[in-house]
Amino acid sequence: MKLFKHLATSASALAVMATGAAAEISGGVVKIGLLTDMSATYSDVAGPGTITAAEMAIEEFGGQVAGAPIELVSADHQNKADIAANKAREWGDTEGVDAFAELVTTSVAMAVFEVAKQQNKIALVSGAASSPLTNDACIPTGLHWTYNTRALAVGTGSAVVKEGGDSWYFLTADYAFGEALQGDVSKVVEAEGGQVLGASKHPFPASDFSSFMLQAQASGAKVIGLANAGGDTINAIKAAKEFGIIEAGQKIAGLLVFLSDVNALGLETAQGLQMTVSFYWDMDDETRAWSQRFFEKTGKMPTGIQAGTYSSVRHYLKAIEATGSDDTETVLAKMREMPVEDMFAHGGVLRTDGRMVHDMYLAEVKSPAESSGPWDYLKIVRTIPGEEAFGPLSESTCPTK
Amino acid sequence: MKKYSGYLIALGLLMLAPTMIYPVFLMKLLCFALFASAFNLILGYGGLLSFGHAAFFGGASYITGHALKVWGLPTELGILFGAAVAGLMGLAIGMLAIRRHGIYFAMITLAMAQMAYFLFVSSPFTGGENGLQGVPRGTALGMIDLQNDMSMYYFVLAIFVIGFLIIARTVHSPFGQVLSAIRDNEDRARSLGYDIERYKLLAFVISATLAGLAGGTKTVVFQLASLTDVHWHMSGEVVLMTLLGGLGTIAGPAVGAGIIITLQNYLASGPLAAWVPVVLGVIFVICVLAFRRGVVGELRELIKRQF
Amino acid sequence: MLTDLLGFPPQVLFGQLLLGLINGAFYAVLSLGLAVIFGLLNIVNFAHGALYMLGAFATLGLMKFFGIGYWGALIFAPLLVGIVGIVIERLLLRRLAGVDHLYGLLLTFGLALVLEGTFVKLFGASGIPYSPPAQLQGGINLGFMFLPWYRGWVVVASLIVCAATWYLFERTKIGAYLRAGTENPRLLQAFGVNVPLLTTLAYGYGVALAAFAGVLAAPITQVNPLMGSNLIIVVFAVVVIGGMGSIVGAVVTGLAMGVIEGLTKVFWPEASSTVIFLVMAIVLVLRPAGLFGKAA
Repeated sequence: MKLFKHLATSASALAVMATGAAAEISGGVVKIGLLTDMSATYSDVAGPGTITAAEMAIEEFGGQVAGAPIELVSADHQNKADIAANKAREWGDTEGVDAFAELVTTSVAMAVFEVAKQQNKIALVSGAASSPLTNDACIPTGLHWTYNTRALAVGTGSAVVKEGGDSWYFLTADYAFGEALQGDVSKVVEAEGGQVLGASKHPFPASDFSSFMLQAQASGAKVIGLANAGGDTINAIKAAKEFGIIEAGQKIAGLLVFLSDVNALGLETAQGLQMTVSFYWDMDDETRAWSQRFFEKTGKMPTGIQAGTYSSVRHYLKAIEATGSDDTETVLAKMREMPVEDMFAHGGVLRTDGRMVHDMYLAEVKSPAESSGPWDYLKIVRTIPGEEAFGPLSESTCPTK
Repeated sequence: MKKYSGYLIALGLLMLAPTMIYPVFLMKLLCFALFASAFNLILGYGGLLSFGHAAFFGGASYITGHALKVWGLPTELGILFGAAVAGLMGLAIGMLAIRRHGIYFAMITLAMAQMAYFLFVSSPFTGGENGLQGVPRGTALGMIDLQNDMSMYYFVLAIFVIGFLIIARTVHSPFGQVLSAIRDNEDRARSLGYDIERYKLLAFVISATLAGLAGGTKTVVFQLASLTDVHWHMSGEVVLMTLLGGLGTIAGPAVGAGIIITLQNYLASGPLAAWVPVVLGVIFVICVLAFRRGVVGELRELIKRQF
Repeated sequence: MLTDLLGFPPQVLFGQLLLGLINGAFYAVLSLGLAVIFGLLNIVNFAHGALYMLGAFATLGLMKFFGIGYWGALIFAPLLVGIVGIVIERLLLRRLAGVDHLYGLLLTFGLALVLEGTFVKLFGASGIPYSPPAQLQGGINLGFMFLPWYRGWVVVASLIVCAATWYLFERTKIGAYLRAGTENPRLLQAFGVNVPLLTTLAYGYGVALAAFAGVLAAPITQVNPLMGSNLIIVVFAVVVIGGMGSIVGAVVTGLAMGVIEGLTKVFWPEASSTVIFLVMAIVLVLRPAGLFGKAA
């Protein structure tokens, strides 16, 4: 009887408070609630892989922190904000969940932020990309870990403009993330002296991009910017190929492309595509070792979101270990004080607006000839310093920073 | 008095329930029970299968959310306003749909609701795919703080009871009798001099308004409104709740809603999580093939045979 | 030029019209299948979208397990799914004889949930790619747009199937029985025709048409468990507009609605997803029985 369990948990919480046992860990257990897309558009870039990544972080602590067991609960939010919010609220109210993790897609992250604010719980965002999460939409306990649309714009947007792609047309996924990405890239394009000719908003998710492609073609823009992600990006690139857009001389700029997308498209189609990434498995010994373990569990190399989930959960647990408490303010202060140091980020800094600042990378997809086999897909072209990618704190419009 | 004792016991149980069960879950249950009961008015008593009631339920949830969040209306007024707009939508869609019967009626309501869905997707005030979030719960009658789940629960219970009484009163009124007569034999009702189009339309509008009442209340409970509630799957779910509980019985739809919502809740956190639509589909098929009277209808039949 | 007078480059106008025609071809084949089923069973087949999806998955399956490519799938996938339809009719729909036709709608709705839910669980919701056959790769530059051969083929294939169906119903003996069954099944039974068998075959054929559309769609959209889920409602609206009366009505309305949708994308893009429902509302006010329907 799950409904009665919340009585039991609150009763045991009372008992713990009364005796003062198990130090400062509420409910005697550190519980992380992971919400992700298990079956739809983002299930490859995030999905089950993020659960594996979080489990790997927990394993590093031997399943225990500050003398209390660590428990991971997960649920499929199907990319629907209301399902995510209801689940998060129920977890917080009845199951004693201490922090929410992953939260792919912006609408979900924003809905869970609302719950996290009310319940004063930490939200570790890895999958959602919109920069408003640490600007206008920020909350004091919301941490944005892996990347954001500003960093993508700075990386890919300016690289494309510098190569002469100075007039743009956007195909934009019709929700907060798409708008944020289009907005951030437009700023970069215009700052570099380029021009934005127009945009088509498409429903999310969309399967047939043919009519949007025709509009993009008619605009005469040199670059068609894809302000979408996952399956939408894949379908758009395929439609561009089918309708001869690339042969006719227009360039496609995928603004948020993941390793799993490159894998799905194949190098033949994807070669030469420039992308901004937070992580690539083949960067150094540490990333290779971790990714190899991940590969053994899932059969796939990790995406940035998956690696970021590992990093965020690990850093959260580190702070609990250091303070011996899972109290939100105590843990949050410690997380900010300690640099983020793991295979994902080196010397990462957690700012007061919730942004985790770390280096990003501009990468290019290898040609089939350059690739030595499966998953050998990218070459890193440039390292984008954290400050440049995410901007200074003074730029953030977060009211509680 | 004996006739009402069952309802009084049920009310007593509902008063005590939140001390035992997670109140937010109970509130969700009550909202859907009211939604299904309102739907039953048009299907069970009017014999019209509307496949577009999500438009009223979800539409009102957006309107209420907007009224509370942006205009800052008091909570009760916001919910009533949402219900009123749902009623107007019901009038517009109803006027088109009652021109046709049976299957056509179902398809027209479905198509009109889908049109409403696209309008809500593209209207800026709904937030499109993001949904309308951070709706304040406010206070009831200007004094009771609804942020507290317990007081919110009793507020929702009060709305449910009022809505339920309106439905029961409508069904047992002369209007309800004529409606049932139209359902059983339209030509006969017409030959008796009843303006059947007007009866049907009025029933449709009342049903839409009360569905809106349920939708608006749900927004206040969860503090958000989203596309899920206007999607046609929601229209299908409410048909299932009503069918499972018992078409044309007063208590049936509420019972059906209770079963479906509880089922969804349990399945969602187990290994069967991804199978929820399949389970609902199977229940649908079984109901249609072997169980057309629904839970309450079968029980009633059983009691009739016993005594 | 004329189109310049309207303020739109011809590329956009003709391009969207052509794409609209391609979408219209899908509407036509799907609403034709619904019309066939409705004629004999008086059931609105809510599972039509799910069976369309099943056709696309059958295309994938034939490739994976039997090495049967696109051209083979064009025959075998509708055949396989048609058999599934016959089983559904025999095991389930038959039991509803004599009760309100609305229960048929509800039953098939439940079936759609089961089919789509199962496929989402098995294959995920993000879709699986399927390449067009080698013969139809590439395309032709029409001046105003680049037309992929495959999209052109979709229109041709749909029209062939629609014409064949028309011939079957209007010019053959079976067709005469089928039409008679629509008008008065009891009388037909009295003449010694096996009406239950005819009903089963009609359902199987309608379902096979849905599956055929699914095969055509497989290389265009990703093969996705939910590909038919929203499409079916648009097709319902098409059916209401056409009036479910005649085969010609279903086909003409389907193509016309595709073109109207394409035009809307040029002149008023925001309304493109609602325009068909708007047309439906207007038709209902002016001609409640639909454009081609006989007054009830």
